[in-house]
Amino acid sequence: MADVLIIAAHPHLEHSRVNQALMHAAGQLGGPRVDVRDLYALYPDYLIDVDAEQDSLSKAKLIVWQHPIHWYSMPALMKLWIDDVLAFGWAYGPRGTALKDKDLWLVASTGDPEDSYRPNRYNRYFFDAFLAPYEQSAALCGMRFVPPLVLHGAHRASRAEVDAHAKLYESRLLSYPDWPELAEMEPVEECAVPADARPES
Amino acid sequence: MEQVNWLTGSLVFLAAAVLAVPIARLLGLGSIIGYLAAGIVIGPFGLALVRDAQDMLHFAEFGVVLMLFLVGLELEPRRLWALRRPIFGWGSVQLIGSAALMFGVAMLAGIGWKLALVAALGLALSSTAIGLGALAERNLMPTTSGQSVLSVALLQDVAAIPILALLPLLAGVGVASEEHAAPSGWWSAAKAIAVVVAIVLGGRLLLRPALRWIARSKTPEIFTAASLLLVVATATLMQAVGLSMALGAFLAGVLLAESEYRRELETDLEPFKGLLLGLFFIAVGMSIDFAVVLQRPAVVALVVVAFLLLKALVLWGMARLMPIPRPERPVFIILLAQGGEFGFVVFQGAAQAGVIDAPVSSLLVAAVAVSMLLSPLLLVLADRYWIPRLAGAATPRLKEIDEQQSAAIIIAGFGRYGQVIGRLLFANGFRPTVLDHDAELVEVVRRFGWPVFYGDATRLDLLRTAGAASARVLVLAIDDMAQSIEVARIVREHFPQLTIVARARNVRHYYELRNLGVEHIERETLDAAISTGRSVLEQLGMRPHQARTLALRFRKHTVDQLELMRPHSQDEAKLIAISKQGRQQLEQLFAQERELASQRAQRTPWEAEATAADTDR
Repeated sequence: MADVLIIAAHPHLEHSRVNQALMHAAGQLGGPRVDVRDLYALYPDYLIDVDAEQDSLSKAKLIVWQHPIHWYSMPALMKLWIDDVLAFGWAYGPRGTALKDKDLWLVASTGDPEDSYRPNRYNRYFFDAFLAPYEQSAALCGMRFVPPLVLHGAHRASRAEVDAHAKLYESRLLSYPDWPELAEMEPVEECAVPADARPES
Repeated sequence: MEQVNWLTGSLVFLAAAVLAVPIARLLGLGSIIGYLAAGIVIGPFGLALVRDAQDMLHFAEFGVVLMLFLVGLELEPRRLWALRRPIFGWGSVQLIGSAALMFGVAMLAGIGWKLALVAALGLALSSTAIGLGALAERNLMPTTSGQSVLSVALLQDVAAIPILALLPLLAGVGVASEEHAAPSGWWSAAKAIAVVVAIVLGGRLLLRPALRWIARSKTPEIFTAASLLLVVATATLMQAVGLSMALGAFLAGVLLAESEYRRELETDLEPFKGLLLGLFFIAVGMSIDFAVVLQRPAVVALVVVAFLLLKALVLWGMARLMPIPRPERPVFIILLAQGGEFGFVVFQGAAQAGVIDAPVSSLLVAAVAVSMLLSPLLLVLADRYWIPRLAGAATPRLKEIDEQQSAAIIIAGFGRYGQVIGRLLFANGFRPTVLDHDAELVEVVRRFGWPVFYGDATRLDLLRTAGAASARVLVLAIDDMAQSIEVARIVREHFPQLTIVARARNVRHYYELRNLGVEHIERETLDAAISTGRSVLEQLGMRPHQARTLALRFRKHTVDQLELMRPHSQDEAKLIAISKQGRQQLEQLFAQERELASQRAQRTPWEAEATAADTDR
């Protein structure tokens, strides 16, 4: 049973050295423990098989979102995946407990270097500021938002840096759930959506 | 004729046809042989149920006239114009070449020049009825050989008139000057031209409005009557000026080929044509004078064999030069080598004019009739023994692919389907090796600049030359299902590394490819039909994105369903059950979703389009 589920989304994987290296590392693990779902390969027509996605989510313990940062957020198909798959009444809301107590880990890459994410630089905010929607999405579903693994300045990363990054990724996936930071994490704050927040369906 | 005679006559003819034709077809001999055999059986030398074979032949000739009208209907003026060279060029070659050769041989054999000339000209003609009948029965009309037979037959129809006009001249100056003096010759030529012009102009200007007016009466039998009247009137006009009735009917047909009534005329006249043509063949069978044949069997046999061989020699040369594809040559040669019904007229006319004497005339008529009886039999023999060998050893017009290719992609079949794939690939910088075995198509697409090789993808050696051993993907876009499956089988067996991406004509084809282990198959009409359905949903007011999503989900369901049914592809009952069940599931699913959506819309209209979790927070 795969207890690590990687949701990978890169619209131009063919041009991304970093994400190719990550996919390669994850793919090598493969097998029973790690399940890789390459969204742009599975759903080139943007027609997401919700049942299949929910099914593989239910089985996983650690859910990895692996994607490049586009416009301070995720690629379009990744967002559609969230819209379609993390449904009300399934992932959140009344009886929406399918993802409760799982871990969500963001593995992202940015084109710009880390020091561009400063109040006095062109990205104007620290990178963490853009993570709030991710963190809250995890919380709403009762998931722990594990500190993300981010490679900044992916355009200029050297071969060695990319390799080291992929290596780190691989070893982290292998060692889950024996991660030091997990022990220190607070339990997820309950975000119960009141029953009358939505029309009954 | 008395009524009783008329009734028994019909009884005999219909019964003979109804019995003989199905038996002949059952034996694999074709309907024409059935009719001919029926004629022999009921004729004066069989059961002698009917005696007036010649009268019957004249009456039934109208079947040939109707047939040419229908042939004309299939031939638009534009296409007839395109055939002008085969008609006048190759037609003349056949007629003059055969006649000259036979005349020469007859002269060498020591036969008088008049008889030799009449016999040569009469025997050079071929039976339009059997020729076109056999072509239609075998669906060969659109092929090169079919068009060539038609061209030559048309020229013969034209040429029969001067040949008949020649007979009195041969008989002697005295007779000729009485009937065909120069002034009246000019006069009749002018009349003939006038009638042809009248038919062409009338057909263009008057016929269509007239037919429209008749069709408006909304009485089907009157339209049928008008169709018959049209053909009879044209035939009468032509005969009045001494031209061939069949030719006139053919002209009228061509002129109506582009009219909106073409199909109606066809369906109305088809049964008449079929029956009258049958009657014609029966009459030919009856008119074989077995007394003559039995009296001098060796002479008749010699004449038949000699003229068939001489004509075949000329035709064989023509077939090579034209060129006619090798497997089609036997049909071309056999159908045009036989004698024809015009030969009867020529010999009878010659006997009447005193050019040849009566016993010789009936001997020649018998020879022609025997050849007409033989040719359908020869066709059957050729089908079994000759054509299969030619088809195997076919040497194509174009050079086959012979240089080793090494592209990563091979496209087999470059018709409408393959071309789209090719354009997509070429546009993206790929250089696939393209194979097609339709020589005409290869020539056309080459003119558009596509590097296409000529070759049959079902041949292992050609696949190898095309680079199948090193390529990665084979695009199987052949439209012929049997060939497509054959290629898939060969590739799976000999080039297992080659991924096949296939076009399936239909579900059966899909399953057959699938069972050969082909994984990437698209049903050729599925996506186009789904796109059309998507447009329909949009026209009903659905938002384009919703229509798209429903269409895509429907497609996925359909494809999944097809795979689900595959293990039962032989079991029709099970197939139907699963497919019904699948349809129900899909309908239920879509209905549930519609229900949900409308509930949501009723309760909170402002939220009706919200599907995502966070739109309201």
